[in-house]
Amino acid sequence: MSAIGELTTLKRRKGPLSAAEKKANGRDNKAAYIFLLPWLVGLVAITIGPMLMSLYLSFTDYNLLQPPEWTGLDNFVRMFSDARLHNSLGVTFTYVFVGVPLQLGVALLIALVLDKGLRGLPFYRSVFYLPSLLGGSVAVAILWKQIFGTTGLVNQALALVGIEGPGWISDPSTALGSIVLLHVWTFGAPMIIFLAGLRQIPVMYYEAAKVDGASTLQQFWRITLPMLSPIIFFNLVLQIIGSFQSFTQAFIVSGGNGGPSDSTMFFTLYLYQKGFGQFDMGYASAMAWFLLVIIGVFTAINFIAAKYWVFYDD
Amino acid sequence: MTTKLETLPAPDKNNAGAGTPTNHRRPVKRRESRGTLAFSRSARTKALIKHAILILAGGLMIYPLLWMVVSSLRPNDLIFKDPGLWLSTLEMGNYTDGWSALTHPFGHYMLNSAIVVIGSILGNLISCSMAAYAFARLQFSGKKLFFGIMLLTIMLPFHVVIVPQYILFSQIGWVNTFWPLIVPKLLATDAFFVFLMVQFIRGIPKELDEAARIDGAGHPRIFLRVILPLMVPALATTTIFTFIWTWNDFFGALIYLTDPDMFTVPVALRAFVDAQSATSWGSLFAMSIVSLLPVFLVFLFGQRFLIKGIATTGIK
Repeated sequence: MSAIGELTTLKRRKGPLSAAEKKANGRDNKAAYIFLLPWLVGLVAITIGPMLMSLYLSFTDYNLLQPPEWTGLDNFVRMFSDARLHNSLGVTFTYVFVGVPLQLGVALLIALVLDKGLRGLPFYRSVFYLPSLLGGSVAVAILWKQIFGTTGLVNQALALVGIEGPGWISDPSTALGSIVLLHVWTFGAPMIIFLAGLRQIPVMYYEAAKVDGASTLQQFWRITLPMLSPIIFFNLVLQIIGSFQSFTQAFIVSGGNGGPSDSTMFFTLYLYQKGFGQFDMGYASAMAWFLLVIIGVFTAINFIAAKYWVFYDD
Repeated sequence: MTTKLETLPAPDKNNAGAGTPTNHRRPVKRRESRGTLAFSRSARTKALIKHAILILAGGLMIYPLLWMVVSSLRPNDLIFKDPGLWLSTLEMGNYTDGWSALTHPFGHYMLNSAIVVIGSILGNLISCSMAAYAFARLQFSGKKLFFGIMLLTIMLPFHVVIVPQYILFSQIGWVNTFWPLIVPKLLATDAFFVFLMVQFIRGIPKELDEAARIDGAGHPRIFLRVILPLMVPALATTTIFTFIWTWNDFFGALIYLTDPDMFTVPVALRAFVDAQSATSWGSLFAMSIVSLLPVFLVFLFGQRFLIKGIATTGIK
């Protein structure tokens, strides 16, 4: 079961404990807390403590040098009228809502082609998986910067067929697209999850459908897609949460400034500039909480929508 | 018995062995049942088309990487002229130039990265396996609540904690040390691995614990002597993922390491991009290749664990 599956069953399992469970409860308390000690310290000192602290800081003006000064809702009011922030939201939304569906679509397509027992599957799988391990690195971002540069690989290839390509990353209208493409390029990890999911669909469903004369397309719509929907959902939730936090690629490709003309200014990049460029820590904290709320809202929407399209076999 | 256990990492029988090479046998069987010659011929054409699609798509995916390797062995001006993969001369100068282009030789940054990586791996292995043992095997008050919180922290964006964390670590005087990058791992903040290990431990038969308990073993002993030896595959997966993620980590290093002495590979590369004009792409590519090499090697030898790790934590 995935983390998401576990969370939903945790909710489902609620109910009075049986006598046996009650008796068992509390038996290992001391040992358990000793084993959990590092995690508990981390939870308090590295996660929950800082979370509460950043919530507090989001209502203050703080630059690391002077003590934080309470300013109430000022940071949030500022966010309402910050045009660069609005632009960065648009850039991030475009990246997430174009990049994620494209990436998952390609992942599913390749997984479907691979699933039908092809020779050399382990080899193909490795080839497709490798980019998703390297894609988060600075080195690949550097490569991307060259490939989509004015005299980069893409334009060299286009020149062979007589097309003069634009400077993809120096043109505000295509810069974001090249970073979206980098995201699509890393489809290997969700593809592996799809492959594992496809293996779990019992072959007898397809055999029964074939006996009834269902076409390949019908089998895909009526068997594969519903049976795979929990895994599509899992990938969707994780990829959306992850993509909202993308940073490295935009940072390296744009040279750290989110250019040209803010066209690759991701929300996280703007947050970094505010917090660690200008040391406007209060504003950065407010932005971080805003990001948390955005991610929370979209995850919640995902879970609510899942009731209508995700099919659970059990 | 032990070997049997190791091949069954998850309690769910469907999860077991997902992604292992034996699995692609199923459709072969199906083909046999089809029988007729005409059918198998069309199946062969179908397979051919699929191979063509896959080779084309795979080639397109890998081409940029191959081209970067080839370009790093070319004179600089060719990088902007030659989109092909043919090498007429072997130019090693890019590597020697790139190696010494920054304040320190590139090996210095790789050593820094190695220190952070080793610290992070040890931290994750110790702290996450301990927490996982408690969640998978022990009954205690607040278990459900803590387990739920642990799952939620997997999805928590780190931006909400990074500002106060930075303030905390800078007040202790840890900026420009490796501690801010390693200490969180010692405290099991990579909850993903806790979850991965919980999944794995649940697949180990409880009878083994009980037998050890009857023999008089306490929890520390059961954990060290029974559970840990059996969860080596999960530990291997954790090691490999931690290696790759830490080696690639840019954001943490960017914030905490500003002194060139302390740079890890990603921030060193970034400094390289900023410092170089368009004339030295060759050496930039060369060092990029050097930085990707450890990840590639780990991928080559640890692929099995990577794929199993993704597949078993990703299912439903």
